Amino acid sequence: MTPATNPGATFMARLLRYKWVRTKLRSATRHRTIGFGYLLISLIAVIIGSILSLIMRTHLAWPSWRLPIYGAILPEDYLAFVTMHGTLMLFFVLTVAPQSGFGNLILPAQLGTRHMAFPRMNAAGLWLTALALATLLAAFFAPGGAPIGGWTSYPPLSATPLAGPGEGTGMDLWLASIALFSVATTLSSINMLTTITKLRCEGLTWERLPLTVWGWFTAALLSILAFSVLLAALLLLFCDRHLHSGFFLPAQDLVSGVLLQHRGDGSPLLWLHLFWFFGHPEVYVAILPGIGLTSMVIANFSRRRVFAYRLMIATTLLIGFLGILVWGHHMFVAGLNPFAGTAFSISTIAIAIPAAAKVFSWLATTWGSRPRLTTPMLFALGFVSLFITGGITGPILAQPILDEYLHNTFFVVAHFHLIMAMAGVFGLFCATYYWAPLLFHRTLSEPLGKLHFWTTLLGAYSTFLPMHFTGLAAEPRHYSQLSGLAGPSATLLQSTLPLQRHITASAIFLVCAQLPFFLNLLLAWRRPTNNPADTNPWHATTMEWAPNVLNPHPNDQPPIVYRGPSHYTDSGKEFLPQWSAANTFNTEAE
Amino acid sequence: MPSTITPPEIDRHRISDGNNGQRPPTDKRTGGNGEGDGENWNNRPRGHRGPHERISQARIGLFFALGGDLMFFVALISVFFVTKASGHFDAYDHFINSWLPTAIPSILWLNTIALLLSSVTAEVARRAMFREVDAMDEWFGLGRPVSYRAAIWLSITLALGILFLAGQWVAWDQLAAQHVFFRSNPSSHFFYLITITHAVHLLLGIAALIVALAALKFSRSLSTRQVFVDTTVWYWHVMGALWIFLFLLLEFGQ
Repeated sequence: MTPATNPGATFMARLLRYKWVRTKLRSATRHRTIGFGYLLISLIAVIIGSILSLIMRTHLAWPSWRLPIYGAILPEDYLAFVTMHGTLMLFFVLTVAPQSGFGNLILPAQLGTRHMAFPRMNAAGLWLTALALATLLAAFFAPGGAPIGGWTSYPPLSATPLAGPGEGTGMDLWLASIALFSVATTLSSINMLTTITKLRCEGLTWERLPLTVWGWFTAALLSILAFSVLLAALLLLFCDRHLHSGFFLPAQDLVSGVLLQHRGDGSPLLWLHLFWFFGHPEVYVAILPGIGLTSMVIANFSRRRVFAYRLMIATTLLIGFLGILVWGHHMFVAGLNPFAGTAFSISTIAIAIPAAAKVFSWLATTWGSRPRLTTPMLFALGFVSLFITGGITGPILAQPILDEYLHNTFFVVAHFHLIMAMAGVFGLFCATYYWAPLLFHRTLSEPLGKLHFWTTLLGAYSTFLPMHFTGLAAEPRHYSQLSGLAGPSATLLQSTLPLQRHITASAIFLVCAQLPFFLNLLLAWRRPTNNPADTNPWHATTMEWAPNVLNPHPNDQPPIVYRGPSHYTDSGKEFLPQWSAANTFNTEAE
Repeated sequence: MPSTITPPEIDRHRISDGNNGQRPPTDKRTGGNGEGDGENWNNRPRGHRGPHERISQARIGLFFALGGDLMFFVALISVFFVTKASGHFDAYDHFINSWLPTAIPSILWLNTIALLLSSVTAEVARRAMFREVDAMDEWFGLGRPVSYRAAIWLSITLALGILFLAGQWVAWDQLAAQHVFFRSNPSSHFFYLITITHAVHLLLGIAALIVALAALKFSRSLSTRQVFVDTTVWYWHVMGALWIFLFLLLEFGQ
């Protein structure tokens, strides 16, 4: 058949004759557009998630406070806010922004390629993620409101609408949203892994890859393994809810005074196994890109090579690998076999080894150097600080005997907010300030950036450090009210109220501390763009700063990589970028 | 004699995306893993190494996707074994296990044979895409011997795949006639869950076969046709192998 008589091809050719169709198709699958799309999704989610956390904090400190328009906050409302805050922040901010957002925006340039391996699959991932967010937010407006089971949705209460408002339609919407999200993340990870495996430019061997790429690579591998298991768990929970099976349900179950009979002898513990097999790798998905970026940014502003570069590649992979083997440490108090608890405890404490190696590498890289304390460098150092303070409580919680007491207290909330939420967000800020010249063609204001950094650091510690103390004083998680309770524990909880008010005030301060950031973005918008000739304002050595890599001209020759990243002279004044063919060092224009 | 035998007009327009002027991958023994463009292949920059690179990229993507997919089934099968072993103690301290094995309809043996045969026909189609003499003819624009032969074998694969799904439908029907439904027993949960999720994957495979057949008919570039057929067939093989495992589990693992 000749092309002229080929109906499918003729139709496509006719359609493509319209310029609008052509440009739309092209831009919708462009990784830069997709990256900004993911960042927009994260921005929406982080704004809603932060508002929810402020409402929860205000309610904890002043229980009689009424939310304007909405009215009094009932315990079930509080639990719904907990669930939605966790789900939005974990999935739609900490998974989407560092991995899919900055991954799409920067990864191809760091690999020296012009496109991703599967642009259409990539675009499908974005739209499915947007659909997942819409589905999740729809749960607020479902009859009964949003689900109240927490972001982990433990059965048996997540399996029946009898468990409370929001566990009917709201819970179904939650399941649908997370299932869509799992598919979307898997698609985006397949694209990312294939791009890293197949589309590295000439000379870019595995050892020469920047540690950011290693972070994205490991996180994508973890996503593929973990989200498939989550999808299976969601399917089984759906069957338990609607098809009368009992995978996660015991034969008999008393919920809200009603005796429920199920077939078989399922166990809620089984859901915990499946969920945390996903859930723990998930937190590494959130933090690994930040770990990689911190290494690169610290090296660049210290003008030093990353200390023990190959070891840092190995520890990234090792953290990922161990991350798959530690899920049981979330289940010490859930009725896990004590022998299994010991095994999980050992594997969890073992993660301290590669994590400590990372910290030592960061310290050794800056040690004795004269780091330029620019805003991205400050956020990278802030990341290190939070990684240590949040991480140090990890080995404490990894011991079953200590976790027994601490697990259901705010101590755990303090731990994961410092190590995952705050460190993750500092990674995102570091990325935004560092890559701003590439993203917006403008450098963000340094004074505003520094104001943003110091206030955020103060707000972060002031909010989350005291939670350790309220936790040690036995403040339980998921309690909507700490005052006016009966029994001897009431006095203990009552005594934490002054600290509660401090935490709430700090949380409000922390949110207000983000105003300089948004002001900075807004002002940058109005400022003229950087000089196009000055493509490398930080004098960085990785490929995304090479001329014409991020915005290549069609006639450009494909770039070639000649060496690994972070080559500087001892004085730090000269540097040797990955793309420079000559062996002579470029001199910094001061 | 590149000056006398030139690629067809339509392929020459595609010079910009680097697929042109280079011979399609044709190594019969390794099914497309040969060098394809024999001259100077290794000195070209990445992304410009011709059809071989496209096909290997598609295969790598499929490999990662199937890795994730297999984890999905690993999770289901783990739950299968946990549920099978779980029970409770009654008032007299007896351990009660409510698992009653579901009798597998014998038509599943026939379905399995049909699926095995379909994998063979799919492989014949895939290899046909890379037969050197014919592929070169097709690339030069001298008819479409490769696509024609592959289309026939893929159509047979499609028919066998539909036959398998119809057979699965009959099996569900037979079980329903014996009043064995999804809700009947923990073991029947798994029979339906496993066969239905596998059938959904096979439906995706059938959609891929139809897309590959459409590509064979409508696509203008030989390497595109090769990519579609090759990835579809690899997917089909993995689903076939997975079914063998799932079938043995249901037949002997209960």
